[in-house]
Amino acid sequence: MELAGLLTYFIFFLTVAGIYAVLSLGLNVQWGFTGQINIGVAAFFAIGAYSSAIVTTEASPFHLGGFELPFLLGILAAMFASGFLAFLVGLVTLKLRGDYLAIASIGIAEIIRLFLKNEGWLTNGVRGIPAIPKPLSGLTESGDALLFLLVILAFVFVIYMALERLYQSPWVRVLRAIRVNEDAVQAAGKNVLRFRLEAFVLGSVIMGVGGGLYAHFTTFISPSAFDPMFGTFLVWVMLIAGGSGNNKGALLGAVIIWGVWSGTEIFTSRLPEMWVTRASAIRIFLVGALLEFILIFRPQGLLPEKPPKTPGTARSEKSGVSPAAGRADT
Amino acid sequence: MSLLQVDDIYGGYGNADILHGVSMHIEPQEIVSIIGPNGAGKSTVMKAVFGLLKVRQGRILFNNKDITRRRPDQIVHLGICYVPQEFNVFPSLTVHENLEMGAFIRKDSYSEQLDHVYELFPPLKDKRGQSAGHLSGGQRQMVAIGRALMLNPSLLLLDEPSAGLSPLFIEQIFERVLEINKSGVGILMVEQNAKQALSFSHRGYILSMGGNRFEDSAENLLNNREVAEMFLGG
Amino acid sequence: MDWGCFVIEFLQVIIYGIVLGCIISLGAIGVSLIFGILRFAHFAHGDMMSLGAYFGLVGVVSLQLPMYAVFPLAMGATALVAAALDRSIYRWLRSSTPIIMLISSVGAALMLRSAIQVVWGPDNKIYEAGIKLPYIFYGLRIKPDQLNIIFGTAVLVVLLHLFLHKTRMGKAMRALSDNMDLAQVTGINTERVIFWTWMIAAAMAAAGGIFLGIDTRLNPIMGWRILLPVFAAAIAGGIGNLYGAVLGGLLIGIVQELSTMVISPAYKPAVAFAIMVLMLVFRPTGILGGKE
Ligand SMILES: Nc1ncnc2c1ncn2[C@@H]1O[C@H](COP(=O)(O)OP(=O)(O)OP(=O)(O)O)[C@@H](O)[C@H]1O
Ligand SMILES: [Mg+2]
Repeated sequence: MELAGLLTYFIFFLTVAGIYAVLSLGLNVQWGFTGQINIGVAAFFAIGAYSSAIVTTEASPFHLGGFELPFLLGILAAMFASGFLAFLVGLVTLKLRGDYLAIASIGIAEIIRLFLKNEGWLTNGVRGIPAIPKPLSGLTESGDALLFLLVILAFVFVIYMALERLYQSPWVRVLRAIRVNEDAVQAAGKNVLRFRLEAFVLGSVIMGVGGGLYAHFTTFISPSAFDPMFGTFLVWVMLIAGGSGNNKGALLGAVIIWGVWSGTEIFTSRLPEMWVTRASAIRIFLVGALLEFILIFRPQGLLPEKPPKTPGTARSEKSGVSPAAGRADT
Repeated sequence: MSLLQVDDIYGGYGNADILHGVSMHIEPQEIVSIIGPNGAGKSTVMKAVFGLLKVRQGRILFNNKDITRRRPDQIVHLGICYVPQEFNVFPSLTVHENLEMGAFIRKDSYSEQLDHVYELFPPLKDKRGQSAGHLSGGQRQMVAIGRALMLNPSLLLLDEPSAGLSPLFIEQIFERVLEINKSGVGILMVEQNAKQALSFSHRGYILSMGGNRFEDSAENLLNNREVAEMFLGG
Repeated sequence: MDWGCFVIEFLQVIIYGIVLGCIISLGAIGVSLIFGILRFAHFAHGDMMSLGAYFGLVGVVSLQLPMYAVFPLAMGATALVAAALDRSIYRWLRSSTPIIMLISSVGAALMLRSAIQVVWGPDNKIYEAGIKLPYIFYGLRIKPDQLNIIFGTAVLVVLLHLFLHKTRMGKAMRALSDNMDLAQVTGINTERVIFWTWMIAAAMAAAGGIFLGIDTRLNPIMGWRILLPVFAAAIAGGIGNLYGAVLGGLLIGIVQELSTMVISPAYKPAVAFAIMVLMLVFRPTGILGGKE
């Protein structure tokens, strides 16, 4: 019994960590590869979740729906919707300097949040969308959770392998060069804006997948699930802790930070009664402190960026010992 | 005893050295000019003296005191002031406020020094309430030099005080530099207007590719055929 | 359509806009000051406003102090927290990039907000119960609190102006904002000036936070919610430019309130965002011109 409970918890833990790993890999394309600061991860996460939910649920009088498409098409819809949003946002904001993009991205996130809350015909507002189908459920007696975990892990694996392949490509080499010295890339005749837009869209598409997976995992979503803490901030801490620019780092960060987050729950649940209600705030405080600690003492993360060796970029790597080094966007 | 002595210094901005063994000395109340082609490392020598550069090897003495790895704010306290080549005024501050900033670290009253600077640069007195960013190039240079004089230094480092000025202003600025020197301030100056600068300097150094090429009295440098051909434009 | 009514309604909305604009301005001034000197967008500024508001709550409710005594207390306490934040976190990141400092300030924002939640709890709070009757001029309603906000902001802006132009430290702050390297070369102790910059920016934010609490209610997320308009104001006014920040704040406040005559009030923050993006795309130096 004890063991079964532990196993259930372990499956749950890995499932959530897997979803975060997807988000973290998406952010790695934007921040890690290209140096774009998107503080609105939650927006793309949410758009993915809602899109997949809307196209896969049964008809409901409370929100748009009734398409009852299969799970994979739901994920496809999630990718398309968040990619399209990223395209629109990118067209306007990617010309801006790095810190302005950061400010603009919290604006996007805020607007998406308001939209999801207020457009009830589409999203059922704050009451959210229930009864989102869970793929592969009911096939076995009690293995639903495990099967879904396998689905998640398959997604993580495919995305990770694809990004690793991509990382060796000239495309990412250009992104990295843009991060270190945008003017030089421009001078070399490359269309910097296009590369940045492509990276931004790709990263957001991956975040959309994360959102879709999340919707089918919980089977119920509402705007409050996508608050900036869980939707954006935790993902940032994961990527920075794991190692910005390193796909393995993104995975490792997701597992470790989700572990830390879950671990603090064990700690706060032992606090005296009057503190329990404030426990989640204490945990958030600790994660914030952890981020500051990492930024000050190990900005390159646990697994520092390891760029592929190519003769053309050898020189710029010297200055990039810490991935933070080349990111002066001003 | 030299006012400033630079002994065989090596150093640069990153890993590569820009200066490869530069040496020079300035005696009290001397005007010394540093001449050389673009990119020779003239500004870099000044930054090295002022503690803005990693000096990897060699040493710098001021009044026989080793200042090689001091920070700029410590060096200012010893009596060296520096006028950078570019961006050498606070553009949104008024002329008067720029001068006040020059005296920021003074605990005593500096009104006398302020009067002295206004006397030296009369045009500034009329413009004291104007933002320095709105001044002409020549007046801006006066503000920059005036700011550096507020601490009453014994050595003044001037990086191309005449850059970008019209001939009339160049003349004026050089006259002022001479007058500052006469009042007892040692001056180390980088100049592009080499002939003109040497004509009122005591001595000069010719720098190229981060090392000393020639050093002599200003007169001898001006009369040296090789120097004239290579560095003074014939 | 009755034009008289419309004009009254319009002016009424403008008054609300000015009140909101004052609050936004006080935040934008700090953002602008910090950006001017440290060159990074300070994402914890909204939460500093919240913190100021809650310190104000301590003064009003626990210490039973009158409002005029609450302000210096809350502003001072917030300034100390900002200085501590700089000493313990930001200072160690000065040699990194502005982007890393920005990310670190997002972390600081969360720490501040969760600290507020731990100490004061997540529920809405108010300074004092009861409704004060508004004054009525020619059909325009304005509450005493709103007059106080406008008057208080004006006083603070004038004081800040005097500080920046009449005191040694204020002038040094402007000098650093102009050219940090030259300030260093001049012998100015830049760390001390930066310390003062944090204190001033945080004090202004605290005042803005208290005003926000007076105008609406206190809750831990109030500052994060107003951060977007605050940034929008600083950008619209020309970042690094104080008077621009005030103008930008008023602009954002007024346009946000006016927008409620046309679109759903729920989308008010979207208006700030739209103005900001338009400014960034078409006039990145802001109304009054600022730093690139
Ligand atoms: N901040 C810096 N970082 C890296 N390299 C620099 C920096 N400043 C100058 N250099 C390099 O150091 C070398 C010497 O520069 P320096 O500015 O000392 O030349 P200079 O003799 O003053 O030339 P100019 O007459 O153009 O002022 C040049 O090759 C220049 O590219
Ligand atoms: Mg030079």
